Amino acid sequence: MSIETTHVHQSGVSHEAHHEVHHGHHHETFLTKYVFSQDHKTIAKQFLITGMFWALVGGFFSVIFRLQLGFPDAKFPWLEDLLGEWARGGQLQAEAYYALVTMHGTVLVFFVLTAGLSGTFSNFLIPLQVGARDMASPFMNMLSYWFFFVASIVMLSSLFVQTGPFSGGWTAYPPLSALGQASPGSKVGMDLWLVSMALFVVSSLLGGLNYIATVLNLRTKGMSMTRLPLTIWAFFFTAVLGVLSFPVLFSGFILLIFDRHFGTSFYLSDIYINGQALPNEGGSAILYQHLFWFLGHPEVYIILLPAMGMVSEILSVNSRKPIFGYMAMVGSLFAIAILAFLVWAHHMFVTGLNPFLGAFFVLLTLLIAVPSAIKVFNWLTTIWKGNLRFTPAMLFALGFVSLFISGGLTGIFLGNSSLDIHLHDTYFVIAHFHIVMGVASMFGMFAGIYHWFPKMYGRYLNNTLGYIHFWATMIGAYLIFWPMHYEGLAGMPRRYYKYDIWESFKQFGTLNQFISVVAVIVFLVQILFLLNFFYSIWKGRKVTTLNPWSANTLEWTTPINPGHGNWEGEIPEVHRWAYDYGKDGKEFIPQTTPVSADESKH
Amino acid sequence: MAQTVPATTKWWNGGKSPFNVEYGKLMMWYFLMSDAFTFGAFLISYGSIRFSSNSWPDPNHVFNAVPFFEGSHLPLVFVSFMTFVLIVSSVTMVLAVHEGHKGNKKGVIKYLFWTIVFGLIFLGSQAWEWTHLHHEGAWWGSNPFPNADGTVASTNFTNYFFTITGFHGFHVLSGVVINLIALLMTSNGVFERRGHYLMIEKVGLYWHFVDLVWVFVFLFFYLV
Repeated sequence: MSIETTHVHQSGVSHEAHHEVHHGHHHETFLTKYVFSQDHKTIAKQFLITGMFWALVGGFFSVIFRLQLGFPDAKFPWLEDLLGEWARGGQLQAEAYYALVTMHGTVLVFFVLTAGLSGTFSNFLIPLQVGARDMASPFMNMLSYWFFFVASIVMLSSLFVQTGPFSGGWTAYPPLSALGQASPGSKVGMDLWLVSMALFVVSSLLGGLNYIATVLNLRTKGMSMTRLPLTIWAFFFTAVLGVLSFPVLFSGFILLIFDRHFGTSFYLSDIYINGQALPNEGGSAILYQHLFWFLGHPEVYIILLPAMGMVSEILSVNSRKPIFGYMAMVGSLFAIAILAFLVWAHHMFVTGLNPFLGAFFVLLTLLIAVPSAIKVFNWLTTIWKGNLRFTPAMLFALGFVSLFISGGLTGIFLGNSSLDIHLHDTYFVIAHFHIVMGVASMFGMFAGIYHWFPKMYGRYLNNTLGYIHFWATMIGAYLIFWPMHYEGLAGMPRRYYKYDIWESFKQFGTLNQFISVVAVIVFLVQILFLLNFFYSIWKGRKVTTLNPWSANTLEWTTPINPGHGNWEGEIPEVHRWAYDYGKDGKEFIPQTTPVSADESKH
Repeated sequence: MAQTVPATTKWWNGGKSPFNVEYGKLMMWYFLMSDAFTFGAFLISYGSIRFSSNSWPDPNHVFNAVPFFEGSHLPLVFVSFMTFVLIVSSVTMVLAVHEGHKGNKKGVIKYLFWTIVFGLIFLGSQAWEWTHLHHEGAWWGSNPFPNADGTVASTNFTNYFFTITGFHGFHVLSGVVINLIALLMTSNGVFERRGHYLMIEKVGLYWHFVDLVWVFVFLFFYLV
């Protein structure tokens, strides 16, 4: 093509220069600096603190319904003060129980472990670790947060409507979610749930496009893809998963909205409700499950991959050793990202899915064990014979690996369609996904917070509180979820309001009490962490060196409190990968150090 | 493509865009992939319901009306006209992008204008078709058309038709609005001052995508 084309492209690509030009004379007010900020670091903190708020809310919901499960006959007058009609006479009502379970799932999966985890650390680390002044589009990045904020407001408001929030489970299966007559939570609460989730999809799309474009286009000179820290690879694949799977959920929601309000029958057929036959014909409730799980399964990797990436980085830094099998780590992330799209029907083995088709989904599901095992062995070989520094971040990273192994192994049970007939919808499933996805990713998030807090706020978190936080959460997580495996194997179904009326499950009465007590303690320990977090923002021990963890990655070459634009002078050039620890007798060699002539090859 | 760069350039080594595109265009491509999944989900849902049904209305008997020829049986004539208009609008969009490469402001304005006109004709035609079908009793939740084998059809024929063509129409409407903004920016000389018409390329990508989706909608609702 013509010369103009070349010119066009070059002027388009060189937007690096554009940032620098605007950098100096940028007057910031309180509003542009802290509220409608376009600085990726501030947006990351906004995601983090909003996510913390939701974790507190969602965690508290689980405390309330655990009280019901552990002490089904006890009365808690303070519950009535708090929840009013929902806890008439101090006893949680069944409808409220279902609503709390549903909101716990929705909030934790989407608002905490998607927005709070990927939103925080993709935003914070991508520009800092690839060597960019900000995201490709800081404005879209800001919009991404504010869409999430509005989604949060809508979801929060659904807690206060008279008929209560949606109560049909976080998966929102029709017909329960499609018919207002089916349950109080399926009335206006469900509409608010759908609106909130649609806004959330928009937020996720705006963020994801930015992460992808930044990783591909804005890497600093010398930062080839194979020199990227594994965190960045993980965020990149996470963003791709989100961009390709959320739209399918969005389509599913649109059809659901039409079924709810415009008389269509996409998911409805042959329904008899409250003594009345509905006219809907020809739809399929299973169709919704396909659309939902086409997002729903990638979603668990959207949650897990960022934690994996951060754990890889933290384990290597604190073992003072290169990550073992860098390319294998990247390859297994890629394999997981591909397989994530090909296994959704393993959530649907007992829906009447053709067993022949199920066999393929079993195969593809069990294949995920291969890249997962590669990652686990690489983490173990990374810490093998390392000079381990047991910082709170390192402990949480090690805890992640432990939980990922324990929870991953039960995944192999559940991936078998024949075993799933027995285990489906039991506490075995609850135990599996809480350990492998919920708690493990939470540990990845904690590891990230402890590790990068000095970069975020220029101060340290309190270590002693960090150790208490780790050990209490680690032991607590196993004490809560390990016994659930036994309950599940005995056939105890999930989502029930009361188990003591079942002869078969009476034996678990005290076990359920035990779980509930531990859950309350673990919840209180998280409040300790929040106190540590907010106290340390203002009063924590100050960071005095640029590179407190002696790490190789680029974020530690910025000033202790970097401004908008991250580096004061030129963006540094990168000469090596991020994992030169203990090489040629040097403890660590930052990515910015040129390769010297006498250096050994790796 | 930009061929002036030496072949030895290491595209992936950082400091430059590996695809030699500016970030906005990259984002547009990824957005279109995302949007393709939205439409893909709709069309696959439609396909799964249709193929699990014993019979389905015959499009030749449903889409047989043409404005000003009331009462005549002209199957698929009108929708062919709509499809033709949309494809022509894609051609004019290509020409607008081409004029942008040449830096010819007047040319960009001319072809963007025609793209918008064809887009509006398409939307107007769709509005007429929807109104016509509505008069025949078709709407979300109501389907007057029997199955091809004469049995009573479920409402999912019209449910999917209105939802998917509506969602596509909404995309066309957005495209027209975006084109209109691009037209105003062009005539105000924004891109001239910027030195390039890259925005027209990005807008064009979206427009071509929406046209491409229509080809699939046309195929699955009108032809099969």
